[in-house]
Amino acid sequence: MNKALETLQAWFGKRLVIGVPYFWLLLFFAIPFLIVLKISFSWMQPIQPGYAPLFSWVEETQRFVATLNVSNYEVLLDDPLYLGTFLYSVKVAAISTVLCLLVGYPMAYAIARCPPTTRNLFLMLIILPFWTSFLLRVYAWIGLLKTNGVINNSLLALGIIDQPLPLLYTDFAVYIGIVYSYLPFMILPLYSNLEKHDLTLLEAAADLGASPIKTFFRITLPLSMPGIVAGCLLVFIPAVGEYVIPSLLGRTDQLMIGTVLSAQFFSARNWPVASAVAIALLIMLLIPIMLFQRYQRRELEAARR
Amino acid sequence: MSYKTVDRGQEYVRIEGVTKRFGEFVAVDSVSLSIFKGEIFCLLGGSGCGKTTLLRMLAGFESPTAGRILIDDQDMAGIPPYERPVNMMFQSYALFPHMTVAKNVAFGLEQEGLGKTEIERRVGEMLEIVKLGEFARRKPHQLSGGQRQRVALARALIKKPKLLLLDEPLGALDKKLREHTQFELINLQEQLGVTFVVVTHDQEEAMTLASRIGVMSKGQIVQVGTPTDIYEFPSSRFVADFIGSVNMFEGQLTEDEPGHVRIRCPELDATVYVSHGISAAPEAKVAVAIRPEKIELTRSEPAGSENRARGTVKEIAYMGDMSVYLVRLDSGRLVRGTIPNTERHADERIVWDEVVYLSWHPSSPVVLTV
Repeated sequence: MNKALETLQAWFGKRLVIGVPYFWLLLFFAIPFLIVLKISFSWMQPIQPGYAPLFSWVEETQRFVATLNVSNYEVLLDDPLYLGTFLYSVKVAAISTVLCLLVGYPMAYAIARCPPTTRNLFLMLIILPFWTSFLLRVYAWIGLLKTNGVINNSLLALGIIDQPLPLLYTDFAVYIGIVYSYLPFMILPLYSNLEKHDLTLLEAAADLGASPIKTFFRITLPLSMPGIVAGCLLVFIPAVGEYVIPSLLGRTDQLMIGTVLSAQFFSARNWPVASAVAIALLIMLLIPIMLFQRYQRRELEAARR
Repeated sequence: MSYKTVDRGQEYVRIEGVTKRFGEFVAVDSVSLSIFKGEIFCLLGGSGCGKTTLLRMLAGFESPTAGRILIDDQDMAGIPPYERPVNMMFQSYALFPHMTVAKNVAFGLEQEGLGKTEIERRVGEMLEIVKLGEFARRKPHQLSGGQRQRVALARALIKKPKLLLLDEPLGALDKKLREHTQFELINLQEQLGVTFVVVTHDQEEAMTLASRIGVMSKGQIVQVGTPTDIYEFPSSRFVADFIGSVNMFEGQLTEDEPGHVRIRCPELDATVYVSHGISAAPEAKVAVAIRPEKIELTRSEPAGSENRARGTVKEIAYMGDMSVYLVRLDSGRLVRGTIPNTERHADERIVWDEVVYLSWHPSSPVVLTV
């Protein structure tokens, strides 16, 4: 009897532990997602709640009628504005991700090869900017990049340039903003991967005649692939939908998808189209995530075999 | 035990007064050593004796604080590991986890810029030699410990190095596999004519593998010699004690003739008579070392009044092939002796608490002055 009770308790305990976070996800992720999905198929209407119900009671036929409206998605495909911003967002996110990798990899490598005590200090310094508001830090870049900002004034004073450089409200400013803000998300997974590397492998490669550069490309880089993939996704995914950085630092003639989304929601008050944009963005981002999961599964299977 | 002869004419590695300091710590202390072409040289010592540091200096992973290392008459100072004519088998094997067995073995040849077909041919040959042909496409984590060891060996040997460094090559294998692999290693070495330098803390491993052994302690080489030399003619109390088991008695020289010496040991009833001369000051304090297998245990009193002692059996350890006896002498000293178990039925075996006599041949004791 006692045994059965224990088994029951274990069964219940396990379900409880798994159940609570899943319930949370259901409540605050799955249900809102379904609501957004629903809105994306409805009509815009000027009265509250801003969109027409999908299901309506039709008196004449005494039936519930579901009206699915796909025109919101058609708008996305037809209007070159949306396709353009989508592609532009992907381009900006991709370039920023590559830049983050190029800056972050050497940093992660250097930290991972430090003595353990200094390692923690450097990691602290990487995370430290998070203690200040994200918005504030992006605003600070305006002060640095603007026409009579710190950078231009310094360069003018040093006589390197005669005219102030147009830095702010350019793609360049957006790259700087994204790389600066998301760099820790690149460094941390890379660091945790690189830190685990067996350094005798490098000695073995050197012993077999590989120069340090060759050793890096044949041993260290392939072995850090999981860290690179994780870091790139952690930068790329939020960067595609980034809204604050491009609206504060970016071009005014070319919007990013996050900006369009917020404009549709708050300025145009076209919730259905905004929802369609959100769903399309999600589907687009699912592709790299699924690729990553397939890669991970393959790795896992290789490790198990 | 091997009795291989070494052609001492061809010195291949010369270590000249090499010292390595890590801060205040002296890991290797002015070691000078010659290693000959085609031999298996074992550096034997406990952990922290500097043997691995010495090996790493040969490979080029550490550079000496002082002294020179010459390989094939070439000074190795400033030559990075990837340009040395030396390969190493790591204790952890250090196989590349993301590469197949064949890719691991091919790695060294790829660095030489050889053609694809040439590499494939030589990798195939090498995998046949280490009997891993069918495992070529596996990844290291899909292999057993013994197979990994052979991959590591194949990877190090494929570049046809003149000198192969092996760091505890058998340390990660279980006993049965270790014995088997020892002989495989010796066969391979003879087949390929490579000079081996082996680092080990396992004296049995050193005894079976080595043509010569260098015993290390506290960063210094304390004795170099063949396994027989090291075992039968240790040059110091440390070596006698470190290699195998030994009964060591402190004593004083009472008679010092060119052909024999007599030593009085307070712990033994009788004087020790040694049938060869030694070089020591008259009445010097010396140690007499006698290996357990050279001590005879009998119930009957041995003839003569020297090289004997009497005691009571305190412990018997049955090892299968032989039994180890611990005998307490009248002086209170415990002495270890062995009796080979040549017969299956041993009704006559000496048992606990029996009074026995210990005796040994005059040529058996080793007299140690340091």
